[in-house]
Amino acid sequence: MSEKHTDDLAEIRNMMERSSRFISLSGLSGVVAGLAALQTSVGVYFMFYNYGINYFDGKRNVYPAELTNRLLVYASITLIVALAAGIFFTVRKSKQNQLPIWTRTTKQLLIALFIPLVAGGIFCLALLYHGSFYLIAPATLVFYGLALINAGKYTYGDIKNLGICEIILGLISMFVVGYGLIFWAIGFGILHIVYGIVMYKKYDVV
Amino acid sequence: MHIIQGLNKDFESRVRLGIMSILMVNDWIDFAEMKNLLQVTDGNLASHTNALEKKKYIQVKKEFVGKKPKTSYAITQLGRKSFEDHINSLEKIINGK
Repeated sequence: MSEKHTDDLAEIRNMMERSSRFISLSGLSGVVAGLAALQTSVGVYFMFYNYGINYFDGKRNVYPAELTNRLLVYASITLIVALAAGIFFTVRKSKQNQLPIWTRTTKQLLIALFIPLVAGGIFCLALLYHGSFYLIAPATLVFYGLALINAGKYTYGDIKNLGICEIILGLISMFVVGYGLIFWAIGFGILHIVYGIVMYKKYDVV
Repeated sequence: MHIIQGLNKDFESRVRLGIMSILMVNDWIDFAEMKNLLQVTDGNLASHTNALEKKKYIQVKKEFVGKKPKTSYAITQLGRKSFEDHINSLEKIINGK
């Protein structure tokens, strides 16, 4: 009889989790996104270098339009790679666990994630438009952090903590102008990889 | 009279436990979503939701989305209270041993 009660409690917990949290998020997505971001950081540094600009001298340069366009293309490719990896590993995990992927929780998660993210994207375009390049990297970190905290309600609590780290990093970076690229590499690269590995060990390996 | 050791007989079946658990942590859930989460047949789910509605543990909302009828469920205050009591009793029984 007691066994039935234990099973009942397990079922209750399972159903509450399953219906309100998106639990197919794979840690490997974070690792791949992090690697892509690190690769991009190094690439961007050399792109500046080739234009004779030392990113770390902290001068508030206005960059040539050609460089800006190339940076935008590079950033978009990174975003696509990171998103594709995220979707790939997450779909794979949900199939392994035989969980439905396109549920109400998934939609809520995406809406929660993308509202601050899109606002941040437009904000950064405005910075670009006004030539405030040095604030773009910090702003991406802050808005990304806000988006993660917002989406964290619908998935593992680790995502919220990651969001807090990104915001702190972004805010520090706002005041240490000139090192935006380094902070960006730490926030999008290192933190993603660290959290990815932690989450992979915690939730993916059964 | 339904209650033995604080356990509520109305929540004895696995499907009803599932329905109540889902509604404890969500506002409104429609029939299709519920079916998907619980992996049960239409008839099975309908009979359990009807029973829970009769006991006033859940409330039902019927509306049309385009031409399709849509049924959604939410927990009532009575349902929330009763289910919390049920969970507490389950925990007590397990921890007491």
